[in-house]
Amino acid sequence: MVASRGNNSNPARIPALGIRVIVLMLVSILLMYFDHRQNHLDTVRKAIGVAVYPLQLIVDAPVRFWEWLGESTTSRNELQLEVGRLKAERLLTNARLQRLTALEAENARLRALLDARTRVRDEVRVAEIMAVDANPYEHNLVIDIGSRDGVYDGQAIVDADGVVGQVISTGVMTAQAVLISDTDHALPVEVNRNGLRTIAVGTGEIDQLDLPFLPNNADIQTGDLLVTSGLGGAFPAGYPVAVVDQVTRLPQEPFADVTATPSAALDQVREVMLIWSAPTDEEQ
Amino acid sequence: MSRYRASRRLPVIATLLVGLMLTIMPLPESAESFRPDWMALLIIFWAMQLPRTWSIGTAWVIGIVLDVSYGTLLGQHALALCVLAFITVRFHLLMRVFPLSQLSATVFALLALYQFLLFWINGVAGVTAQAVDYWGPVIAGTLVWPFLYMFLSGVRYRTHAGA
Repeated sequence: MVASRGNNSNPARIPALGIRVIVLMLVSILLMYFDHRQNHLDTVRKAIGVAVYPLQLIVDAPVRFWEWLGESTTSRNELQLEVGRLKAERLLTNARLQRLTALEAENARLRALLDARTRVRDEVRVAEIMAVDANPYEHNLVIDIGSRDGVYDGQAIVDADGVVGQVISTGVMTAQAVLISDTDHALPVEVNRNGLRTIAVGTGEIDQLDLPFLPNNADIQTGDLLVTSGLGGAFPAGYPVAVVDQVTRLPQEPFADVTATPSAALDQVREVMLIWSAPTDEEQ
Repeated sequence: MSRYRASRRLPVIATLLVGLMLTIMPLPESAESFRPDWMALLIIFWAMQLPRTWSIGTAWVIGIVLDVSYGTLLGQHALALCVLAFITVRFHLLMRVFPLSQLSATVFALLALYQFLLFWINGVAGVTAQAVDYWGPVIAGTLVWPFLYMFLSGVRYRTHAGA
């Protein structure tokens, strides 16, 4: 080994390099083992997550500032147009909501007749998605509320159009969620038209889901709406998930090739809703 | 032995913080797979230039921070960055005299090894991802490296970082 004396910043030998790297590698492997097997390290994760939070805020700030700038410089004219549009929309939604109330009452009555438990209405809360990118191997997003606000692992996330994903890890002030389009995510769904139950699996493409377990003679067609079946326990039943966009039946294959497009615009959402539903209300 | 003053460490810490911000900065869906591994590149540079102050320990801590902000297995990036720093420190004298083209090739190999380690751990833990998620950062990182190298050298000599 060549020792270059006289230049302190050019040390030829770093002492105990091998030992240090081996120790740190062993520590890493131990950490991974315990992290994978049990959830003992949740508190460690949360503690470090709090330290990363300011950085996430800083990264998120320019995007937020840009939005604020856009909002505060819109002209009066545009704002009036927007208000008019929103009022019309609210009127329509309210009208629909009136019918919904009546339907809910009717549903509760019928359920009472059938001796089934009534469904409790789900609690929801709006969360904003932070402009922070996380895991490169997963389709996921970071939301700006965490365990401080009662978010828990496995919680369902929806937007105005349909199911977005579910929480996979909660920090104190933020939480990470996996999108339904992730390759490791599978969601129990049913066809709204006939109640046919199956599973929607993410493909890794943001605008496509796969329904791999439907036999060739399954009653499914293009345009069918898929809603959550509530069977997995994670998602409450009845939220729209996707619309079937392609059904290919190959006689030589045991299963039909069915793909669907998620109802929620997974890559465009900025605000989502988290659902608190008591698991005991999931009957079946 | 030279004494390092806190002010001399600041430039390095600043670059690491900026790197972390670039790492979690949102990118459009199509470009996301081609985000360079900023932290790996920074670790390679600083471990090569100042191996006594910024090497394996730093790499490990940064790896843990990455694991937390990514939500990956705790220790996954720490292990990969650790190995990266070890190899860089081991060959730092050699790497310093490499011409930029040869150094870029070395960086390509290091980044490929880094991604392979991540891929391997993902495989053991049962996380699946597309091939582009592994190769994208390697290619992007190698392309970015010459510019980053020149920029960081400038930062280093202008601020006398850690010297």
